[in-house]
Amino acid sequence: MSRAALLVLADGRFPAGGHAHSGGAEAAVKAGRVTGGASLESFCRGRLHTTGRVSAALAAAAVLGVDPAELDAAADARTPSPALRVAARKLGRQLMRAARATWPSEELDALAREFPKGAHQPVVLGLAARAAGLGALDAAYCAAYESVSGPASATVRLLSLDPFDATGALARLAPELDRVADQAVEAARMVVDEGVDALPAASAPLLEISAEVHAAWPVRLFAS
Amino acid sequence: MTAAGTGVRATARMLARDDGRGGTSLPVLEGDGPLALRRTRGSGSEAHVMLVGAMSGPLGGDHFTVEAGVETGARLRVGSAAATIALPGQAKGESRYDVRLTVADGGELRWLPEQLISAHGSDLYVTTRADLGATARLVLREEQVLGRAGEEPGRLGSRLVVRIAGRTVLDQELSCGPGAPGGWDGPAVLAGHRAVGQVVIVRPEFADQPVTARVLGEGAAIMPLAGPTALVTAVAPNALKLRRILDEALTTLG
Amino acid sequence: MHLDHSLDGPAAVSADAHRPDGSHRALRIGLGGPVGSGKTATVAALCRALRDELSLAVVTNDIYTREDAEFLLREAVLPPERITAVETGACPHTAIRDDISANLEAVEDLEDEVGPLDLILVESGGDNLTATFSRGLVDAQIFVIDVAGGDDIPRKGGPGVTTADLLVVNKTDLAPYVGSDLARMAADAKAQRAQLPVVFQSLRTEPGVRDVASWVRAQLAAWTA
Repeated sequence: MSRAALLVLADGRFPAGGHAHSGGAEAAVKAGRVTGGASLESFCRGRLHTTGRVSAALAAAAVLGVDPAELDAAADARTPSPALRVAARKLGRQLMRAARATWPSEELDALAREFPKGAHQPVVLGLAARAAGLGALDAAYCAAYESVSGPASATVRLLSLDPFDATGALARLAPELDRVADQAVEAARMVVDEGVDALPAASAPLLEISAEVHAAWPVRLFAS
Repeated sequence: MTAAGTGVRATARMLARDDGRGGTSLPVLEGDGPLALRRTRGSGSEAHVMLVGAMSGPLGGDHFTVEAGVETGARLRVGSAAATIALPGQAKGESRYDVRLTVADGGELRWLPEQLISAHGSDLYVTTRADLGATARLVLREEQVLGRAGEEPGRLGSRLVVRIAGRTVLDQELSCGPGAPGGWDGPAVLAGHRAVGQVVIVRPEFADQPVTARVLGEGAAIMPLAGPTALVTAVAPNALKLRRILDEALTTLG
Repeated sequence: MHLDHSLDGPAAVSADAHRPDGSHRALRIGLGGPVGSGKTATVAALCRALRDELSLAVVTNDIYTREDAEFLLREAVLPPERITAVETGACPHTAIRDDISANLEAVEDLEDEVGPLDLILVESGGDNLTATFSRGLVDAQIFVIDVAGGDDIPRKGGPGVTTADLLVVNKTDLAPYVGSDLARMAADAKAQRAQLPVVFQSLRTEPGVRDVASWVRAQLAAWTA
């Protein structure tokens, strides 16, 4: 297992399309719910413990060899917003491309054949981590971190927020990221034994609702 | 009903059956302790049942279960006489409220209880599981109110799972109140709203003609799920406004 | 990466010249340049000039989701199914250079859905002078500047002006009004670009986009040769 491979996969510059998505931050900024560093931190904390928790468990379960198609269906059931399902598959497809080019693997090729228009991004992330020789905890960290780093960097652009404030918020979330990643791996181990119903299903009503509001805008900066 | 030192355990059951004469009979209608069931006047082929809380909702350590089954061709509507209030109890620990719904092919269930109110100091975990046949129909409303007027809420966890022909089309968990994971009241999750609700509508015809996603103001959306199901999710400042939004959504969906 | 690996796979992952089924893919030409220099107008003019002889499609990368795509749709230069807008999170240069995955997806989807295609024009939203296309996304790139942006732009250089396969100096009809010296721009461009071609054009006067269209035809001939 290579720790450096985790840095490659988790790097915000890994070319997998994430830069065009705000993780709901654009809608929250427009609605006046995120206005600065403190509300950004609260937004990220809420996203971490809902979307982030589910994504981390999906990614960890994929690393442990759970059937990606079952994980993808479980992700669908945990994503009521069609706009978010579309965004998750779009990002999954883009990550699939980047991961196949970076860590060629039969499993990723098989996934691309089964889901030519993309599987949910955390599922692809798990298989990408597997192809990179990483473990379940690495993939869980990656997914959990992405759930907060995306909104943070988008908010820097949207509000012209001081980038140090955004980075500080991420750093303060670190202990919670650790816990979420650990719990995701525990859940993923249960999934291996009990099936995908053991995945967490933590939801954030406003992320789902706002994603639909955002998708209906005629003009926006971010894809989601 | 059993009342051990840890709280009250009670299970109410009902079963709806096509009576063969264009109506629905209720061969099983069993209340239990605090959970009383009353048959009220139905409409057309639909039987109506009212859940009557003889005591004021689950207290600390209580474990209530309500089971409703709808057989092929039967139609059942279930409501409740008043809101359910989760209260702190003598016994320590989490109380549970489990709802188990099964609807066979060609059956129809309308599950429309009043709100669940999480009172300050309470600790309740609610699970609602609906298992449906491929051609079953369902309308399910779930409303949660965080605290009575002007009150901080208790701890409330809820999980809602809908399966159609064995396939899970919806699995959603929400945690709020003291001790819930961070950010639950922040801008990503509830943003200070004190009422949150969902309506699940399952119709076989949605498989070919899913609803179009649309928003109802800033706090609610109608969304087609990956299955023959529409979900309305809404947040609102209070129970009254939440009900108005959900009613409007139901009207929109016809 | 192993080239044959991607060819065997279910979908291409890079700039491979062939599609997964082995057929030759469309030539992809990028158009970049500063805001307001006339990129979208040039794309529209190219579509009108080439649409009867070639099967073509356009991908736009906008700052605000779909504005360039909407312009092309309004102008009806191509049927709507041949125009795709890629969302860039306010950073077109990221989407055309650093993280090209959404654009690769868009060009592949166009080939799948309206193909076979001869040519795909990938337009970048207006960005700065350093924005260039990744060679993983396009086979050739056009950098569009205009005389109103200042006649010192060719002299200042920058990756777009210096390395683009074709430099277009647009709106030459405005030169007298904005005090731009076309001869000086031509000399500076020559100095920056050595043998690389430069076209001066005005879309408001004849011959319009003719020279750029000819250059595109030559690129296509070389691509399919």
